[in-house]
Amino acid sequence: MTEETVTLEVTRYRPGHDSEPRTESFAVPYRKDWVVLDALNHIKDRMDGSLTYRWSCRMGVCGSCGMMVNGVPKLTCSAFLRDYYPGPIRVAPLANFPVIRDLVVSLDDFLEKLRRVKPWIIRDVEKPVAEGEYRQTPAQLDAFKQFSMCINCMLCYAACPVYGLAPAFIGPAAIALAYRYNLDSRDEGYRFREPILSESVGVWECTFVGECSVVCPKGVDPAAAIQRSKVAGAKDWAMSMLMPWGGRK
Amino acid sequence: MTAPRAAGSGLYYPKMSPTWWLSRPGYIRFMIREVTSVFIAIFLVILLIQVHKIAQGPEAYAAMVAKLRAPGWIVFHVVALVFALYHTVTWFMATGVIQVVRIGDRQVPPALVVAGNFVAWVAVSLFILYWLLARS
Repeated sequence: MTEETVTLEVTRYRPGHDSEPRTESFAVPYRKDWVVLDALNHIKDRMDGSLTYRWSCRMGVCGSCGMMVNGVPKLTCSAFLRDYYPGPIRVAPLANFPVIRDLVVSLDDFLEKLRRVKPWIIRDVEKPVAEGEYRQTPAQLDAFKQFSMCINCMLCYAACPVYGLAPAFIGPAAIALAYRYNLDSRDEGYRFREPILSESVGVWECTFVGECSVVCPKGVDPAAAIQRSKVAGAKDWAMSMLMPWGGRK
Repeated sequence: MTAPRAAGSGLYYPKMSPTWWLSRPGYIRFMIREVTSVFIAIFLVILLIQVHKIAQGPEAYAAMVAKLRAPGWIVFHVVALVFALYHTVTWFMATGVIQVVRIGDRQVPPALVVAGNFVAWVAVSLFILYWLLARS
């Protein structure tokens, strides 16, 4: 029984052996309910066990399987083969990141930037457990909920040409998460994040290309978070000029 | 990835192509938007020179106006107008999610913020047009 197939052109790179990546073609079964991740798993199971890539939840919530599919940053668990039929489908490692092996990129730079913006609740005085939980109205939750949907998949970094051209840029996800915590009514750490965001490699490196929000699989809209942070940063600067003695929260 | 990486660990650093901006429609639209600023800047320089010529007297100003009637300059100004409109429209459409307007507890829908900007733009433009026509 001959099954219909679709060709995947997959980037291969072996550190220490290859001086640069090359492309290898694989003909995988074309199934209407398969995603690119299924095709990669098929290749690894049946054709070439050395193919190396990251994946985990296979349902679009963990952010592990981000790769370039036909030049577009996608979660391969959400990229259906039927949308690329008849192919061929080019699968490459996430753009703008150093490649460790095959489709696996180094996350070090992103993780360092994420830590730098302190993406956690910062309190002046920690509330003792005995006092109970923080209370938040639906309106207070609405203020930041959209930006909390980030799964750190880094598709936005792959889509951002500024990050590609100027890698010192903190990047969309880091700023969106800093903004999420600045907006959280439980947080009192704005004064710690503001100096990081107001650096030249912070929000001001962004030129509002907007592709980060286009590729985001969770609808976080990091571009909006960055531009709003620019407005807030400009206001802070103006207020500091007018009232240098005033302290911000 | 817990072991320390030695020098020459084999990381491959991809290079961005100089034609990166051609690879996605979003990038091309972005570059067009950025290029509009060049035309606006040139228009502003011409405007400043016009003001300078007015200060120099009616003959100097009339001479400059005559030069600006050349077809090349007409084309330039039409292109600059189109680019200015393109930039204004894309800018206002972006304000919806950037300018967060709160009334009490609720957020004004982004579409209304965008519409408000356009309405204000048209209103101010009509007022200026009326004022210019009424004076002449």
